[in-house]
Amino acid sequence: MSQKGLLIDVTACLGPSCNKCVVACKQQNNLPDGIEEKLSWRSFTVLQKQNGQYVRKLCMHCEHPSCVAVCPVGALAKKETGAVVYDVQKCMGCRYCMVACPFEVPTFEWNEWNPRIRKCTLCTGRIEQGLPTACAAACPTEATLFGDRETLIAVAEARIRRNAEKYQRRVFGLFEVGGTSVLYLSAVPFDVLGFPKKLTEEVPPEIPWHILQQVPHVVMLGAVVLGGSYWLYRRREEVAKLEAQMKAEKGHGVHEGGHHDA
Amino acid sequence: MRKDGNVLLRPWPLIATAFIIAAAAIAVHRYIHGIGSVTNLTDASAWGLWIGIDILSGIALAAGGFQIAAAVYIFGQKKFRPIVRMSILTAFMGYLMFIAGLLVELGRPWNIWHCIVYWNVHSPLFEVAWCVMLYTTVLALEFSQVIFDKFGWKRMQEIFHKVSVPLVIAGALISTLHQSTLGTLFTAMPSKLDPLWYSPILPVLFFFSCIAAGLAMVIVESGLSKRFLKHEAPHHLMVSVSKGLFLALGVFAVLRFADLATRGALKLIFANRYETPFFWLEIFLFIVLPVLLLTNKRTRLAPRGLFAASFSVVLGLVMHRMNVVTTGFASVNQGYFPSWQEFVISIAFVMAGFVIVGLIARYLPVLPKEEAVVPTGAREDELEGYVKVGWSV
Repeated sequence: MSQKGLLIDVTACLGPSCNKCVVACKQQNNLPDGIEEKLSWRSFTVLQKQNGQYVRKLCMHCEHPSCVAVCPVGALAKKETGAVVYDVQKCMGCRYCMVACPFEVPTFEWNEWNPRIRKCTLCTGRIEQGLPTACAAACPTEATLFGDRETLIAVAEARIRRNAEKYQRRVFGLFEVGGTSVLYLSAVPFDVLGFPKKLTEEVPPEIPWHILQQVPHVVMLGAVVLGGSYWLYRRREEVAKLEAQMKAEKGHGVHEGGHHDA
Repeated sequence: MRKDGNVLLRPWPLIATAFIIAAAAIAVHRYIHGIGSVTNLTDASAWGLWIGIDILSGIALAAGGFQIAAAVYIFGQKKFRPIVRMSILTAFMGYLMFIAGLLVELGRPWNIWHCIVYWNVHSPLFEVAWCVMLYTTVLALEFSQVIFDKFGWKRMQEIFHKVSVPLVIAGALISTLHQSTLGTLFTAMPSKLDPLWYSPILPVLFFFSCIAAGLAMVIVESGLSKRFLKHEAPHHLMVSVSKGLFLALGVFAVLRFADLATRGALKLIFANRYETPFFWLEIFLFIVLPVLLLTNKRTRLAPRGLFAASFSVVLGLVMHRMNVVTTGFASVNQGYFPSWQEFVISIAFVMAGFVIVGLIARYLPVLPKEEAVVPTGAREDELEGYVKVGWSV
């Protein structure tokens, strides 16, 4: 199956007066009703007002997800469809995914005795059946489009071309952190919409991975240094013992003159 | 005869008991109502005091174990023999407290064994998990010597003698990986962690800071054991340890500032920001104060001066790790500050660690023979029976 994604055109969003995407998401995922400002176990998507502009936030479904890379037990996975999904059966609740996510997406059931990580699944069940995500199906305008990532990129670029004076000349998510499956179009700069400023095209989890690849070298080098040091220490002791022996044999009755200790 | 039934009425055991009971009550509440019911942790600050103290600092402070063991068994520094068992015991207890801490900190602690069966080699935390399991095993084996000596199991003592060197080498290697990988954990967040703490060489910084902190802990513990166990390692040994400490501090200080300069973060150290005082508190406690105390011959050679310098290093280390895990994320976590319950749990773990180390040092041959382990406030006629718990060097 091809890589799916969402295109979110912030300029076409009707804001909280509509709110259909949020409601549809809550129904799809059996989440409690209510309007929240932040992502949490209660809502996998929210409409945030950022500097007068409404912007919908949800999991970006990164092409190279930090959460997937850092989870020690592989409880998070990137599917062929592009969806980043969570397997509660494997999770230990270490919350490294939350700390590592560049977009602050995964959330936690802080008041449950057996808590889960909660986040948008890109409606993985629906999209595998060929349906659009619940939020995209509910959107009355073209603010949320579901489709193949490649197609969405073409649509986004066409919208920018058609309306060059309106849009930022950039599709957010095309290259950030190595690319995301959720893409954004906006009239205002993306950091004004509350997206992190310092994102580069570098894939963040590549950094620890490069370091981890040094582990075999560290182990080998360390073993050689420590083993070598031990050998030296034993050798020095042996030599000292031998020298003492020789001195005792040879030097019996002879004065120490000129002879020095090892 | 042992007559310290009134031990519970002395201030420290009383305080420790109170903290441990309070912590147990908080833990029960946490297992029923969730982590959020006792902490100030939120989705934006998913890691806090428990990660900073019990896990990052606890492990760094346990680094004295592999260093002293390597010095004695690998590098032939036999003079450190009198403190090798205490250092290993401290490290062992540090790791056990760390694992106990995880059982409170993890959201689903009943799944802690999953890292044995579900592998993700791309995760630094996966490597950390394996280092913990392997090194705790090594420490248990290293410590087993004490049990064999206590009960005079000759055959086991011989076996131990044969495997001790490979064990110590394995311990040093695993520790090096474990300590540095705790730094690697944070290299995955280049856009989130503040430039005062983010660095691609975090693993190297974590390693050298643990070398310093581990040695500082050896000195601090010697001071505490003088106070609480009426036993003290020879002062000249501690002065020797402090030379290693000074060297490690120097290397760390140079690396820390060279790294800040290389990344162009030096301009931030005097910036008018929330992070600045935390940064300077860390630098003052971890580098400035100890270096001042250790370069001054009078303070360096005085037990109190050495203790103060080492204690400052310990606090500085804690400050560094807390900065990495909380202050460094201030831009996203909106100023997390731990709840009192988080403090109680963390303090209780530290106290439990000391209590257990103290009890073990009283009943098992951990401290050298020359200076017997004597219960606090014991009278001369009570000393009998304690002298023989020593061990031969």
